[in-house]
Amino acid sequence: MSDTPSITRDDVAHLARLARIDLPPESLDHYAEQLAIILGAVVQVSEVAAADVPATSHPMPLVNVFREDVVRPSLTNEEALSGAPSVESERFRVPRILDEE
Amino acid sequence: MSTHTTEKVVPYDDVVARFDPVIGLEVHVELGTVTKMFCGCPTGFGAAPNTQVCPVCLGLPGALPAVNAVAVESAIRIGLALNCSIAEWCRFARKNYFYPDMPKNFQTSQYDEPIAYDGYLDVDVETDEGMTTFRVEIERAHMEEDTGKTTHQGGATGRIHGADYSLVDYNRAGIPLIEIVTKPVTGTGKYAPEVARAYVTALREVLRGLGVSDVKMEQGSLRCDANVSLRPSPESPLGTRTETKNVNSLRSVERAVRYEMTRQAAILDAGGSVVQETRHWHEDTGITTSGREKSDAEDYRYFPEPDLVPIAPSREWVEELRATLPENPAVRQARLKIAWGISDFEMASVVNAGALDLVEQTVAAGADQGAARKWWTGELARIANERGVEIADLPITPVDVARVEALVGVGALNDKLARQVIEGVLAGEGDPDAVVASRGLAVVSDDGPLLAAIDEALAAQPDVAEKIRGGKLAAAGAIVGAVMKATRGQADAGRVRSLLLERLGITDE
Amino acid sequence: MSTDLTRLTAADTAARIASGEVSAVEVAQAHLDRITAVDDRVHAFLHVDTEGALAAASAVDTARAAGAALSPLAGVPLALKDVLTQKGIPTTCGSRILEGWRPPYDATVTARLKAAGVVILGKTNMDEFAMGSSTEHSAYGATHNPWDLDRIPGGSGGGSAAAVAAFEAPLAIGTDTGGSIRQPAAVTGTVGVKPTYGAVSRYGLVALASSLDQAGPCARTVLDTAMLHAVIAGHDPMDSTSLDVPVPDVVGAALRADVKGLRIGIVKEITGEGFQAGVSQRFDEAVEILTGLGAEVVEVSAPHFPYALAAYYLILPSECSSNLAKFDGVRFGLRVGEDDGNPSIEQVMGRTRAAGFGDEVIRRIMLGTYALSAGYYDAYYGSAQKVRTLIQRDFTAAFEQVDVLISPTAPTTAFRLGEKIDDPLAMYLNDVATIPANLAGTPGMSLPIGLAPEDGLPVGLQIMAPAMADDRLYNVGAALEAALLDRWGHPILEEAPAL
Repeated sequence: MSDTPSITRDDVAHLARLARIDLPPESLDHYAEQLAIILGAVVQVSEVAAADVPATSHPMPLVNVFREDVVRPSLTNEEALSGAPSVESERFRVPRILDEE
Repeated sequence: MSTHTTEKVVPYDDVVARFDPVIGLEVHVELGTVTKMFCGCPTGFGAAPNTQVCPVCLGLPGALPAVNAVAVESAIRIGLALNCSIAEWCRFARKNYFYPDMPKNFQTSQYDEPIAYDGYLDVDVETDEGMTTFRVEIERAHMEEDTGKTTHQGGATGRIHGADYSLVDYNRAGIPLIEIVTKPVTGTGKYAPEVARAYVTALREVLRGLGVSDVKMEQGSLRCDANVSLRPSPESPLGTRTETKNVNSLRSVERAVRYEMTRQAAILDAGGSVVQETRHWHEDTGITTSGREKSDAEDYRYFPEPDLVPIAPSREWVEELRATLPENPAVRQARLKIAWGISDFEMASVVNAGALDLVEQTVAAGADQGAARKWWTGELARIANERGVEIADLPITPVDVARVEALVGVGALNDKLARQVIEGVLAGEGDPDAVVASRGLAVVSDDGPLLAAIDEALAAQPDVAEKIRGGKLAAAGAIVGAVMKATRGQADAGRVRSLLLERLGITDE
Repeated sequence: MSTDLTRLTAADTAARIASGEVSAVEVAQAHLDRITAVDDRVHAFLHVDTEGALAAASAVDTARAAGAALSPLAGVPLALKDVLTQKGIPTTCGSRILEGWRPPYDATVTARLKAAGVVILGKTNMDEFAMGSSTEHSAYGATHNPWDLDRIPGGSGGGSAAAVAAFEAPLAIGTDTGGSIRQPAAVTGTVGVKPTYGAVSRYGLVALASSLDQAGPCARTVLDTAMLHAVIAGHDPMDSTSLDVPVPDVVGAALRADVKGLRIGIVKEITGEGFQAGVSQRFDEAVEILTGLGAEVVEVSAPHFPYALAAYYLILPSECSSNLAKFDGVRFGLRVGEDDGNPSIEQVMGRTRAAGFGDEVIRRIMLGTYALSAGYYDAYYGSAQKVRTLIQRDFTAAFEQVDVLISPTAPTTAFRLGEKIDDPLAMYLNDVATIPANLAGTPGMSLPIGLAPEDGLPVGLQIMAPAMADDRLYNVGAALEAALLDRWGHPILEEAPAL
């Protein structure tokens, strides 16, 4: 798994769709090249990641951190909408939605 | 894109003759916690838009989640009530996808480490062989958060398609959800739709009993997605399944599963193959329509949520929570069945009406079990169905029903009048005594008018009076009947009889 | 005019305000004037809150006049990295996508600073979303190193470090995900600390990589840094990863400044080869000083540190690809392309993100999206998390032998603006010595140990301690600082050219 991964234009286009970034087509090759270089450098992690080594997701070994089920003040409607690019009827207004949930 | 063209279906009997159905159910239940899953915003239904929101549930830059302790407790209690194992260590995970009703563009959920797993729920369904128990195995129950609500504006229908734009309210975003997923349910044969319904009904009872949710399907606090697939025989590998969403009543669960079976059978019969996709259930037309195709391109990029630490419920904590569980519904039903002396079938009809609590409370308020069952599974179930509401949401209490029965018991009401009292209570005219008073429904209990009527009847039928005096007490019925007729049913027949005998100087041994 | 108020330490400033020798408003005004005088060349600030700063200073003066007890840093000005929210004040994270956003809430760090009477002057420049080691990746233009305006001030917190080095503020807040406090401190001749992960609340810190980010103090002296650390650290229930333990006595440790008998380990893997000659030279001299002060210095090995950079450049992009998903033009910030045709929200999100994010941000989001994808997760993200375990074990083993670890903070002194901007891998190498502490969650400090003979630019030494032993950084740092001050006869920043 230490081979330098190949990243194609289409791979970049797919990643851009997943990440919702509308990349101009002319930039795809550029990103493909850079991603391949970086991935080629970072793939060395698999050299030492033996099966018996547990993964660490959190630097501190905390568990069971909970909050009491007690109400805290919410924002006002004005505060909530204050940074919104578009607002209507106390709601966030967005262009038409294509995908169904 | 969804289309509403009606698809071909196969008659149900033909489907089950040629195919073995496999179902799976995913139920989302909104917990009844005071605050949201990851922040202190309130969860009340019906608040003004975007007033129960904060930096956390709006996904503002910099905000961080903090887990609601009661939500975790509820999740563990649900797991225990569904006979699940409780994870010794588990984490939240981020499910990454973009959608405008999801503030962070990822849902904080659980992935390969659910808090509860490997459980089951036994459900009873009436089959040709009588009442049969089916075991529905639970794969997992995990914690996650709800999304906001989107309203589509413009266009003709208010639907997503053709809308000009949409408005988003995030009040619901972040409300705690527990997702309960069954393993594929096999071996139900033609009873698949009934088992699906019975499962959701039983699950709802369990959740209601735990007091963790108001389980109102019509308000969306209990939502069901039904997976259905067909295969030629129980020995065949599983067929391609569809996932039907928006199945939001018990009746719909049964209908949707039945419809999908008939639709898929038509496709398979024609030599086609079922498309793995999401489908939408339409309550009005009773059909499902195609939603989004589930493709391999869907890649949620799950990874452990770094902003939340793992949950490691101690075994002591789990046992403490186990001790708070109400009686297991199956055990409880068995116990009440014996206490009330009723059959499996009679118990199933109480449970399926969603009336077990109500009947039990009515009995506790002093009513006879038979009368309590009669009211709740008969008249009241019918009215709830007509009104399209949960039976528990009818504006009448078990105490009201018990009072009506008590009035019947002392002869103040008869059956016909009792119905009118119930009707009055449901119409908001007050409690049973108030309805009796305002509608003037009391059985005639003043002896004066009754004695006059008795005398009149005796005078009209002297031969009968003679027979009674001669010891033929059975003949009294004719006089009583005449009196009841004369008082237009408002008399207590028992009272009439004893007054009659008294009048004739006979002691009724 | 006797004293230049901008040249005082924070401790001195606070004492003078408390005694009534100067007012907090005078101090604030002196710094605002300094900003006006030099920031057109340094460009440390993205936003200066003149009105708010003077109001906060005035409140301190009023409280003092009323006889109220002042907290130890009351009235001292501070520069806040633009990655922390401050209610009503623009917060951009150096990104176009947040241009004009005024958060409706204070970060916990901000709230604690305000409660302590610290005067927030404004928000400092940074690499966009803290991705970078040079502050050149800011959408609002680079910050310049006060030592040489043609050079980088480090990154991502170059604005905070430059503000402190240019005497625009005696204190600053930075955030450190892979070295963004320590490396800028090293290349600007200032002190910066990344506390133990969880010591300072992340609530209101716009996340780059949640499991690595940690806010921390920047100042010109170790004691000032400790005093600021004491103000911002401590448990916060709004951050679930916040440590619910007492804050170590960092101020006491800075005052103790005694390394006699202490065991200090030089990390073999991040010292020597690959480091600029002048950096290594000053580092070796610092080791000699520490030995002279009575510390026992030995070499220790951390065999997995060479894999830290690779693990970091998988974990960070993965987490950031998800953290930055919320920037979509729906609830706040930029929205682009709504009027072009009749676009769907999906198209508008895509256009907004393409227009709002810079090149480096897009690169890392793409990298993280790839690393988390089905089919690649185990090889990339999963393996990186295992390396993280190995690096933690290296630290644990090392701290069984020694009390603290040291290394040079950065491989080189400040490089020229533009020098590495087109070579991501070369840029990433700046963090090679600082990243292990982020992966392990352990604390680290950088403090100045002299100027490299070949270019006359500051060199930093990194001290690393076990988790929750942040006080050891301050003890060792203060001892070394005092010895160096003796040797030089003046603070290092006095050697910086006048602006």
